[in-house]
Amino acid sequence: MSPTVFAQGHTPRIARTSARRSVIPGFGLTLGYTLLYLSLIVLIPLAGVFYKSAGLGLEGIWAIISTPRVLAALKLSFGAALIGATINAVFGTLIAWVFVRYTFPGKRFFDAIIDLPFALPTAVAGIALTALYAGNGWIGQYLEPLGIKVAYTPLGVIVACTFIGLPFVVRTVQPVLQDAEQELEEAAASLGANRWQTITRVILPTVLPAVLTGYALAFARAVGEYGSVIFIAGNLPMVSEIAPLLIIIKLEEFDYAGATAVATAMLILSFFLLLVINALQAWARRRHGGKP
Amino acid sequence: MDIRIRNVHKHFGPFIALGGIDLDIASGELIALLGPSGSGKTTLLRVIAGLEFPDHGQILFGGVDMARHPVRERRIGFVFQHYALFKHMTVFENIAFGLRIRPRNQRPSTSAIRARVLELLDLVQLSGLEQRFPSQLSGGQRQRVALARALAIDPRVLLLDEPFGALDAKVRKDLRQWLRDLHHKTGVTTIFVTHDQEEALELADRIVIMNGGAIEQVGPVDQVYEHPRTPFVFDFLGGTNVIAAELRGRRLWIGDRDIAVLHDSIHPSGPVDVYVRPGDLRLADDTAPGIQVEIQTVHRAGPIVRITARTEATGQPLSIELPHLHHDVPCFTVGARLRLRLMQFSVYPRSLHIPERTLPTPILIGRERTRVHPY
Repeated sequence: MSPTVFAQGHTPRIARTSARRSVIPGFGLTLGYTLLYLSLIVLIPLAGVFYKSAGLGLEGIWAIISTPRVLAALKLSFGAALIGATINAVFGTLIAWVFVRYTFPGKRFFDAIIDLPFALPTAVAGIALTALYAGNGWIGQYLEPLGIKVAYTPLGVIVACTFIGLPFVVRTVQPVLQDAEQELEEAAASLGANRWQTITRVILPTVLPAVLTGYALAFARAVGEYGSVIFIAGNLPMVSEIAPLLIIIKLEEFDYAGATAVATAMLILSFFLLLVINALQAWARRRHGGKP
Repeated sequence: MDIRIRNVHKHFGPFIALGGIDLDIASGELIALLGPSGSGKTTLLRVIAGLEFPDHGQILFGGVDMARHPVRERRIGFVFQHYALFKHMTVFENIAFGLRIRPRNQRPSTSAIRARVLELLDLVQLSGLEQRFPSQLSGGQRQRVALARALAIDPRVLLLDEPFGALDAKVRKDLRQWLRDLHHKTGVTTIFVTHDQEEALELADRIVIMNGGAIEQVGPVDQVYEHPRTPFVFDFLGGTNVIAAELRGRRLWIGDRDIAVLHDSIHPSGPVDVYVRPGDLRLADDTAPGIQVEIQTVHRAGPIVRITARTEATGQPLSIELPHLHHDVPCFTVGARLRLRLMQFSVYPRSLHIPERTLPTPILIGRERTRVHPY
């Protein structure tokens, strides 16, 4: 019998065994732990929201959500979060690029500053931003004569969303840029690419999945942001009132069902948008070689 | 395209990477830059490519000095050790990259690009894989894609930086042969860097041996191997035994034995070092002339037998490699006392023990042609 025939005869059995028994043991234990943990920390509280709002029935929920004030708040919350995340995706990538590729005095200091929005109590950030952008603030006094009002307008909400989302993009893109081999740029240059072509066709596609991850994180954070936004927004109903604040207002009025209805709408919308971003990310990663 | 390198210097801080390199490369030549790490071979390749700029000196491409031109103006093909393929592009897009990014008025038509890419895929024997991503290919296939990508722009010179360094031994051997054929087919002037002497000897027309930022020896492969100019070159091109000896007139003495007459000696009498490869040593029985040795270890490695033996006069250990023949193995037993014969060796004056930058011309090559039947 030739060795080939021998090997062929055994291949299916080997395949079956490996399917049954994993090389890495402990799958059952770790999966069980993961599910329990996720249930306790994430799923049960979220299910509580749905449970509470379910008492209203679909029509009841819709009646609450479709009021102009709630719609305006949802629109502002998601719109500002998306705009803020987009701004961060562009400038966060740029900042990450500068940190990875150049050395300059004070680089470590600025690198540390990036994380401040993570650590700062959001109320402090909100008050600081309001003081800066108010009509008599350091920045506001120059913008006001130009007809640009930031504090107490939707623009202020965008500013706050941008502020708190920045570290997410920088910190996700930075390591990927660091790993991107210098050789890729040299290869592109040796093939005749100029700087612009190298950046747009080689570097950006390489970091795109990381940028999208940062975008998703920044967006998620901005949608749920409360502390810093309410100080700068001014909270005028229909103009600069965000959805999380509306939930608090409803809670204070003991309108628990109304609060959970708005929360449900936010959850579903967020889930849908994050799903889209994830799909985009999977697509970008697949372009990196068949590994979704 | 012929390339002439004139007095090229390159410093990295206090480190001298290239200390005045002069080298002529003929059009269509396949040349290897060989040396240990830190010898400047990769820096020289990158300076030719335009990925580094020399501190001073000239890089002439067909008579035109390109030393100050950036890499993208030089029209060179560069292949990296770790492939540097664009991971987000398919094999097809990778190879087409150099053509697609050309300014509109110089860019070939879509169908012409497609034809060129398919032709190159055929040349590197990867037809049918054009829609794969680099991560779906093996290391050898990736390096062939990298080569096709470099060839797509019709380079004036092909530069390869340790092209097979990241591949396993079997693939490396196959690719060597394949690259030789490819060079024969395309006729592009090719310079490759390697630290693997076997690869350089097998692949190149000429080799450039570098050490400490300078060229130690340049020449056709056989010539460099047969006539190493310095102990460094001798040592770098294969295993080495160094035996202390003395030259008296034309006679070479090891210990109290007169082992050879050097017919082409140009060196005055005095202490010398004899450099001899393990494969150029033979063992004969006790009655034959030669150095008295005692066998220490015998180790069979595939088709050859590796033996270490100690000279009885000085106790110096020597390594010997003999072709494995069934009938003679039993004779090589540990502790056996035999005579050692030097079939071919080089002699260098003792003072050149440490290879130096500024070496005089070849000292002397000793050679004993007498064949001794292997015991």
